[in-house]
Amino acid sequence: MTGQTESIHTSRTTVRSFIRPFSRSWDFVRRWPVIPAVVLFVLAVFALFSPLIAPDDPNDQALRSSLAKPFWYTDYYENDRVGSKIEKPHILGADKYGRDVFSRVVYGARISLSVALVSMISGTILGAWAGITTGFYGGLFDELMTRFVDVWNALPFLLIALVVSITIGQGVFIMMILLIMLTWVGLVRNVRAEVLSLKTRDYVLAARVAGASDIRLMYKHIFPGVSNLLLVLASLRVGGLILTEASLSFLGVGIPANVPSWGQMISDGRDTLDDAWWVSFFPGLGIFLTVMAMNFLGDWIRDRTDPRLRQLRD
Amino acid sequence: MKNFLARRLLFAILSLIIASMAVFGLAHAKEDPINLFIQPGYFVSPETLEALKAKWGLDKPLVMQYLTWAGNMLRGDLGDSVQQQRPVVTIVGEKWAATAQLAGIAWIFGTITGVPLGILSALKRGSLLDYSARGLALAGQSLPAFWIGLVGIWIFAVYLGWLPVFGKGHNLPFFEQAKHYVLPTLVLGWGPMAGYMRITRSAMLEVLDSEYIKLARAKGVSNRMVVWKHALRNALIQPLTIAALLLAGFMDGAVLVEVIFAWPGVGRVAVEAVNQNDFMMITGTVFLFTFLYLFMSLVADLMYAIVDPRIRYS
Repeated sequence: MTGQTESIHTSRTTVRSFIRPFSRSWDFVRRWPVIPAVVLFVLAVFALFSPLIAPDDPNDQALRSSLAKPFWYTDYYENDRVGSKIEKPHILGADKYGRDVFSRVVYGARISLSVALVSMISGTILGAWAGITTGFYGGLFDELMTRFVDVWNALPFLLIALVVSITIGQGVFIMMILLIMLTWVGLVRNVRAEVLSLKTRDYVLAARVAGASDIRLMYKHIFPGVSNLLLVLASLRVGGLILTEASLSFLGVGIPANVPSWGQMISDGRDTLDDAWWVSFFPGLGIFLTVMAMNFLGDWIRDRTDPRLRQLRD
Repeated sequence: MKNFLARRLLFAILSLIIASMAVFGLAHAKEDPINLFIQPGYFVSPETLEALKAKWGLDKPLVMQYLTWAGNMLRGDLGDSVQQQRPVVTIVGEKWAATAQLAGIAWIFGTITGVPLGILSALKRGSLLDYSARGLALAGQSLPAFWIGLVGIWIFAVYLGWLPVFGKGHNLPFFEQAKHYVLPTLVLGWGPMAGYMRITRSAMLEVLDSEYIKLARAKGVSNRMVVWKHALRNALIQPLTIAALLLAGFMDGAVLVEVIFAWPGVGRVAVEAVNQNDFMMITGTVFLFTFLYLFMSLVADLMYAIVDPRIRYS
């Protein structure tokens, strides 16, 4: 018996031995989210240690290096430009005020990631609370909350954000509140549906008979049942949050102008697109890579935790 | 069916009322609301001020103010743009056609590319075509529309010089004008294309896996008949019903795309209104968009109810 399997195994390995080292690593990349993890790790390092990584202050203006080119335009840095030679090359160039694009991208990662993470975590907590309590208690509260969520989902978010920026003003904190409002209503419906089915399960009923209080039932018995769902939903939505924040900042109604953010950098580079493509290009690449990595990671978490949830995205 | 229709209509009206309350509440959140009707820094005669106060009921209690405001809105009086000194309704009326044209064309583009791509990628699951179509869809959901618009301008308008940089191309010959539509259509249509593709693909895969398809195959029906008659007709229900919803989702995208391509539409007017602190203009456009959005979701629900009888009774 063992000999037989051994022989099959060895015959296979002889056929495949040629490509085996390669296919092993390919399998690893397919099975684990290696590329998204690397991208997100680099971004997290950027965000955490931006003052150490960024070569310049992101808001430092220097007219002599206005629209300086990225480092690989070597002729630009070799030729002495009429007495205004730039001592050190800007890695990814500079914008029209001479602010270093790379430093701004690094600091932009800090603001983008922190806004997205804070809103995602608080929005998820709020959404989980609302979904669990409405599903668990039902009644008038449930009815009102469900209607409210339906109405909220029917409103065009971007335009509401425009109204907020004109009436209340703009700031990092307001941005977070807006994104939290966007996140939690998106969760309530899914969580509530799951809770409705969980609360009639035998183990929950048994706990109730054993004398568990409502709080204990929700926290100890129902919450673990929806935690997977929460993790999947949250990870799938982060990308969208980053995109929304960038869109609002691009329109000039998101993160205030004195804080370097990716969306606003893209908007800054619009005027000089024909002379200096790098001002808009690199922050956009940052957004794209982050959102792509988040989406891949979200898909992976979803497939790992519960393949039934596939419909949440498709 | 009648019952369902009535419920949906009631819900749409309720949503509109809540949206108006939200906007009204935001307007009164911070300062004296009279500042929203006049241009800051300009002299306004006491008579005009009195007239404005009387018209919008600003000296009455808050509830009455809201009712006056809502009444004016209902009568089609969205107020005057502070910046342009003209009724908001007139301005929106002028700009409306450009937005509708762009959204319509992008919608058609998304439909005629997304649905066939979804079908093909479901039929040739695991092939190179499937992977590239899914990659295209994933990119469509991860790329910031405003950034890809700028990159498109940079490559096709600035670098290659094939397409015009901005504007709608008024009074140009047909072919020249069509060039102005290419980039905005692609940028605005990419997201919906991704949505269509994913939904069509998963619907098609689900149908192809169903019992009646297996029965048809077992009966010896030709592959062509199975795919085009038995599977496709059932798989198309979902993409058809979300069509209206996707068109509604263009509201957010249209704002961004109009800003990038300097498209003379309503979305751009809304953003300009924010930059100029033109409150009445922004509320007017927000209401218009909310109304359209709710109308579209109503249409989407009705289509769904017509196609799928189960919805009517839930």
